[in-house]
Amino acid sequence: MILQVDNPVVEVHDLTVSYDRKPVLWGVDLTLPAGSLVGVIGPNGAGKSTLIKAIMNLLPASSGYVRIFNEPIKQVRKRISYVPQRESVDWDFPASVFDVVLMGRYGNLGLFKRPRKADKDAAMQALEKVGMQGFAERQISQLSGGQQQRVFLARALAQNADIYFMDEPFAGVDIATETAIIELLRTMRAQGKTVIVVHHDLQSASQYFDWVVLLNMRLVASGPTEQVLTQELLEQTYGGKLTVLSKVGDLLQKQQFPARER
Amino acid sequence: MVGDAISHAVLPGIVIAFLFTGSRDSLPMIIGAGLLGVITTFLIEFFHRYARVQADASIGITFTWLFAIGIILISVFAGQIDLDQDCVLYGEIAYVPLDLWITENNLSYGPRTVWTLGFVTILIVAFIALGYKELFLTAFDPGYAAAIGISTTVWYYLLMTAVSLTTVASFESVGAILVVAFLVGPPATAYLLTDDFKKMLFLSVICGVVAVVIGYYLAYWLDGSIAGAVAAVTGFNFALAFLFSPTHGQFFKRRKAIPV
Repeated sequence: MILQVDNPVVEVHDLTVSYDRKPVLWGVDLTLPAGSLVGVIGPNGAGKSTLIKAIMNLLPASSGYVRIFNEPIKQVRKRISYVPQRESVDWDFPASVFDVVLMGRYGNLGLFKRPRKADKDAAMQALEKVGMQGFAERQISQLSGGQQQRVFLARALAQNADIYFMDEPFAGVDIATETAIIELLRTMRAQGKTVIVVHHDLQSASQYFDWVVLLNMRLVASGPTEQVLTQELLEQTYGGKLTVLSKVGDLLQKQQFPARER
Repeated sequence: MVGDAISHAVLPGIVIAFLFTGSRDSLPMIIGAGLLGVITTFLIEFFHRYARVQADASIGITFTWLFAIGIILISVFAGQIDLDQDCVLYGEIAYVPLDLWITENNLSYGPRTVWTLGFVTILIVAFIALGYKELFLTAFDPGYAAAIGISTTVWYYLLMTAVSLTTVASFESVGAILVVAFLVGPPATAYLLTDDFKKMLFLSVICGVVAVVIGYYLAYWLDGSIAGAVAAVTGFNFALAFLFSPTHGQFFKRRKAIPV
C-alpha cells in the first residue's frame, strides 16, 4: 500500500543507501503530503534514521534522488530543520541551554555574522514554547533526558523552518514531555508545517500521526494512518511477531480511529 | 591527539622545504610543515573513514609513517642538510633570545620567533573570532550543522589547519613535547573550571600563561630544562583543577548537590 500524492512536500525516488557496499535501504519510492504529521515506523535496524538522514543528504545515496518543495535539497536547506537523536551529542559539552537553542539561528545568519537581538528573542520564544524559559542559563550537563529533548526541539523551532525531521524525539522521555511535544507538533501542523518523525512505539503511532511510512529496509507502506496501520501490513513490516502484533491489532480495532483532531 | 601527530608528521615537510630553498628561514619551513600538517589530518580522517580503522590506530599509522619518511630524508641528505632531529623536534626556549631578526642594515628587531609566533597568534585569534559560531556548532553537533547547511568538513579542516599552523610555529622554539602539553593541558584544565565555552577559551590562555611563568622560575631555581618544568606545571595545574575545581572538582563533588 504505497500511496503517492500530488504536489508532494517530499519526493523520494528510487533511493538506495549502503554502508560499506551493504545496502540498508533498498529502492525507496515515496511522496509525502504537505502540512502533515508523518510517522516513520519499523523495527530496529530497519533504516528509519538512515531514511531521514539520506533525505537530508547527510548520508550519500547509492542511487536515486530526493526533492523537497520540488527543489534539490541544496536550494532549500534554510527551510529544513532537524532534531537529531538525543544520544548523538556530548551533553557534557560546556554550553548553556540558551547557547544550544541559539544555534537554531546560525544557519540563517550566514558567515561571520553574530546573533543579533532578534535572534536572541527568537531563541527565547522557542524556549517558552517548550516550557523551558526558566532553564535558559542552565548548563546542558544538568538536564534530564526529557529536558534535553525539549532543548533540541526548541533549537529546531528557533529556526522557524517549513519542514522538520525528528529522529526518535519520544525515546526515553517522561510522559509530561511526550504530551508537550505532541501538542507542539499538532500546533506546528496547524500552521501548515510538515513534521516527519522517526517513531518506534506502535501503540501511540495511531493517535499521533496522520500519515505513516512503514519501513523494513524496503518501503512496506506509505499512506494515511488508518489505511496503513493494519495487521497485514504490520506483519509484513515486523516479520510476523504475532503476539505483539495481534495485541496492537486489537487495540487498533477498539479505538476505531477516532475522527482526526485538528 | 591530532596535535601530537601533526607535531611529528610535519618533519618531512620541513626537510622538503629546506631542500627546495636551501635556507632555514621560518617562512618556507612553516609553509612546508603547514602543508604536511593538513595532509596529516586528511590522511588520518581518510583512513578512519574509508579504511574503517579506529581513530587512534589511524593517527598512529599516519604520523609514524610520515615521521619515518622525514628521518630517512634527513639521513639520506645528511651531507647537504644542516638539520638534525634535535633541532627540529626539541626546540629550546632558552635559545630564542639568541636567534635575532636582523635586517640588511644591521637593525635588530628582537627575537625572530617572537615575530612569527606573534603573527600566528593574531591569525588564530582572528580565525576564532570570525568563525566562532560555526566552530562552536560543529564541535557540539556536527549532524545538525550539516543539516542546516554548515559544512562540518570545511570547518574541521580549517580548525586542523589552525592546529598545524600553531604547532609548527611553536615547536621550533619550544619543542614538540611542550607543544602537545600546551595543546591539551590548559584547555583540559579550563574545561574542569567552567561550564561556559567562551570562559573556557579565556581560562585556557590564562592557565597557559600561569604555567609558563611558574615553570620558568621553577627551571631557573632547579637549574633544569625550561620546557620540562613548564610542561610539569601544566600537569600540576590540571591535577589541582581535578581535585579542587568549584564546579567539577573531586573534592567538592560529594558535598554539593546540584539544585534542580
